[in-house]
Amino acid sequence: MSAGPWIRVVKPGLLTTVQDAGRHGLQHLGIVPGGAMDPVALELANALVGNVLGEAGLEITVIGPELEFGCTALVALCGARFDATLDGAPLPADRPVLVERGARLALGRAIAGARACLAIAGGIAVPVVLGSRSTFLPASFGGFEGRALRAGDLVPLAADAAEVAARRYAALPARRALAGSLASVGWSVPTLTLPEREPITVRAMEGRHHSLFEAVSQRAFFEATWRVSPESNRMGFRLVGPSLSRPGSAEIQSEPTCLGTVQVPADGQPIALMADHQTTGGYPRIAEIASADVPRLAQLAPGGTVRFARCSLAEAVALRRTLRRRVNAALRALAWSYGK
Amino acid sequence: MGETLDLDANRALQAIAAALRARGVPWIRDIVPALTGIAVHFDPDHPELPEDALQRCAELLAECERTASRFREPGRLIEVPVCYDPCFALDTEDVARATGLSPAEIVRRHTRPEHRVLMVGFSPGQPYIGGLDAKLAVPRRATPRTRVPAGSVAIANGLTAIYSFETPGGWNVIGRTPLVLFDPRREPPSVFAPGDRVRFVPIAADEFERPEHSRA
Repeated sequence: MSAGPWIRVVKPGLLTTVQDAGRHGLQHLGIVPGGAMDPVALELANALVGNVLGEAGLEITVIGPELEFGCTALVALCGARFDATLDGAPLPADRPVLVERGARLALGRAIAGARACLAIAGGIAVPVVLGSRSTFLPASFGGFEGRALRAGDLVPLAADAAEVAARRYAALPARRALAGSLASVGWSVPTLTLPEREPITVRAMEGRHHSLFEAVSQRAFFEATWRVSPESNRMGFRLVGPSLSRPGSAEIQSEPTCLGTVQVPADGQPIALMADHQTTGGYPRIAEIASADVPRLAQLAPGGTVRFARCSLAEAVALRRTLRRRVNAALRALAWSYGK
Repeated sequence: MGETLDLDANRALQAIAAALRARGVPWIRDIVPALTGIAVHFDPDHPELPEDALQRCAELLAECERTASRFREPGRLIEVPVCYDPCFALDTEDVARATGLSPAEIVRRHTRPEHRVLMVGFSPGQPYIGGLDAKLAVPRRATPRTRVPAGSVAIANGLTAIYSFETPGGWNVIGRTPLVLFDPRREPPSVFAPGDRVRFVPIAADEFERPEHSRA
């Protein structure tokens, strides 16, 4: 095991994996980009601790892990709200927090949303596999030994994680000691992807095979309230609702898929393809989710509900630009905090 | 995207994909030549992404279509050892029943022609291979298997696929290869790339474990 600084996993939580901005450019070999399910949360968390935006962090799912820090570290938690505590004191989200060596971070349970990203100044020092540190569970590679974290794992941090933490924290404006040993700041970034009241509304375009479905199914897709099935994972969200059918059942040739493609297998229950989706698929696609709304969908836990609102390609592009503007505004404010 | 599989059209679109790849367009992340079309994935946040990215993509593809002939390559020849023994050939009996061919004739017809990789997709390193003998055209199984072992060589819809990982699947398994199709530590990580030529070479069950058969 690495001799450098580490985080020890006391309890792993439901599904805690190393994720970064993903591995791109390999889909022609069947390798999906993967990466954080909520990339906006990952970018904000990384920016808060002074990392490059696509640095690897921990993706925490529904039930968080308990972590012991082997060195001083600067961390930030973004995305889903967890009832997180640091040595028993509430951990503030969406801001940089200085964690002392030996401290215990217990993430608890998600209170709102399903997935949080924990960024650590200097990043996570797992090997880069095919251009990324993201864990790809279906083929067991990348991240920490190609798998979700388990109790007892020592997750390697950057060799200079402690120095980087101290230096970056010292440069922050409005530093503030909180309860116990907590040292943070008196400001935070906004959350941009946390779901509003359910059912959330996700914008989607008609998919390539939308017109192949029965008229009643075409309407039902955009009118029904869909529930995220417990059999959902990082590959796809199975959606439970009215059964969608099409006349005949001619097989469709396998075609490339995309993050946010909604395909409908023979049982009529749609599947929204998420970060670790298969790169091609032979089921008809009823819809394509606007990319700006995929991170919000990723914040639904099993049992969460969603409605799809029809949008055009031009609207989807505009939504993406708006999201990017909001993220960039938050990042600019942070860059100023870091004196850049 | 076309709707029906045409081997010549597939060859042409692989050349178009290679031509587009050679352009090195900075805002294009992934170029995926598939069975009947090409997917172009771009980075929606790239600073150089043009306002009319979709239109620009169509223009680029049209330009690449004109220069594609220069990117037509014969493809590497990959010999794939396959054990067609009944212990691996889970569905050969069903294929024999559906086609009226004997198991030995199925093997003969599968190993005789040279095949070509039309697409790599679904799972990392998983090839979809064209050139199947017309007599072996069978549909997918009515009920998919919940687990198909890695290395399974399977036919359906006029194609051969090789499962690179154990996954659920509905194709008819007629053999298994000891080749390790995908290894992230290897460069390149995938044995197969679109356009590769493929020959299936029968091996006996007692040869399956030989280490030289696990590498291409």
